[in-house]
Amino acid sequence: MNEYTYPILFGIITGTVLRMLMLRTDYRQYPTYLHGKIIHVSLGFIAASLGALIIPAIMEKDYTAVTILTVAATQFREVRNMERNTLSEVDDFELVSRGKTYIEGIAISFESRNYLVIITAFVGTLVYILTNPIFAVIAAVICYFISKILMSGSTLKDIVDIEYKELHFEGAGLYVDNIYIMNIGLPERHKEIQKYGMGFIIKPKDINTINTIANLGQRQAILHDISVALGVFRDSGTPALTPLIKRDLDDGRLGVFVLPQIRDIEKAKEVIGAVPVLESAIRMPSQSKSHNKEVHGK
Amino acid sequence: MIIEKAILAVITLNESKISGGAPIFICETKKELEQVAANIEAITDGIVHALSDELYIVVKH
Repeated sequence: MNEYTYPILFGIITGTVLRMLMLRTDYRQYPTYLHGKIIHVSLGFIAASLGALIIPAIMEKDYTAVTILTVAATQFREVRNMERNTLSEVDDFELVSRGKTYIEGIAISFESRNYLVIITAFVGTLVYILTNPIFAVIAAVICYFISKILMSGSTLKDIVDIEYKELHFEGAGLYVDNIYIMNIGLPERHKEIQKYGMGFIIKPKDINTINTIANLGQRQAILHDISVALGVFRDSGTPALTPLIKRDLDDGRLGVFVLPQIRDIEKAKEVIGAVPVLESAIRMPSQSKSHNKEVHGK
Repeated sequence: MIIEKAILAVITLNESKISGGAPIFICETKKELEQVAANIEAITDGIVHALSDELYIVVKH
């Protein structure tokens, strides 16, 4: 026991607790129970330990000890690889796949959460050593809220309007509103699709979102989330019953064709609205200088 | 080059309008056409598309 024992312990505990709080299992059911969670809590514990050790190392003038952070960075990049590999392996066997962009988004957030843990443990230990435990607890709580803000990306309902539209056929062509989805030949399939299918129109609110929702990965994420939350009426070997999203080239609206098992319009709208906007799908053409020149006439 | 989509079969009522590489199934009635198409769809895991009332193709996507 020395003067640093309690601050380090404090840092490790707050860091690990933060990781647990960020590890929510929701309808996406990822990470799965127990084993997946144990992996992430353990990694969070390691991250917290690293973060907590920095300040004592500096206090003891042991500056080279800080280089261990580089090891940490490598370690957590590995976390991202691990997540990506696992999810990609499993993705082939999903009835409606997640898609690479969604997987990348999940992997990135798992890596970054560990860095947030390091920062929290670092701040907790620092405040504990400089002031007293009460301030350290306050600092940890502030860190928690900052992490929460940093970790919550926007969802689709922030950037689009969602509208229910009846599916209809023109000849063999399946349409949602005026957006062509695909050609279905058999009358038998027509009946199934009219019975089980639902159509939605996703209207972008501005020019940035037109490009964001046009991203194929973002579209696949929408289909995956609906299929997970509401079930899906399909099986392997029935490619005609594949949920699809097609785009109206004129104005960038999306026509969503899904086959949910729970056919509740309001629920489906809610689920679509709750789909995360994927980081790698976000585009900001309105930030482009030439575009602004055009818009503002400068 | 990887070919992603391929026409696996052509099912038709009108023999005179088709020829070529894919297996061709000629049917007598609309009902038979639909039955054959449904069977081939199930067997090949493809999708039946209608080009016209008397011409269906099965495509592997």
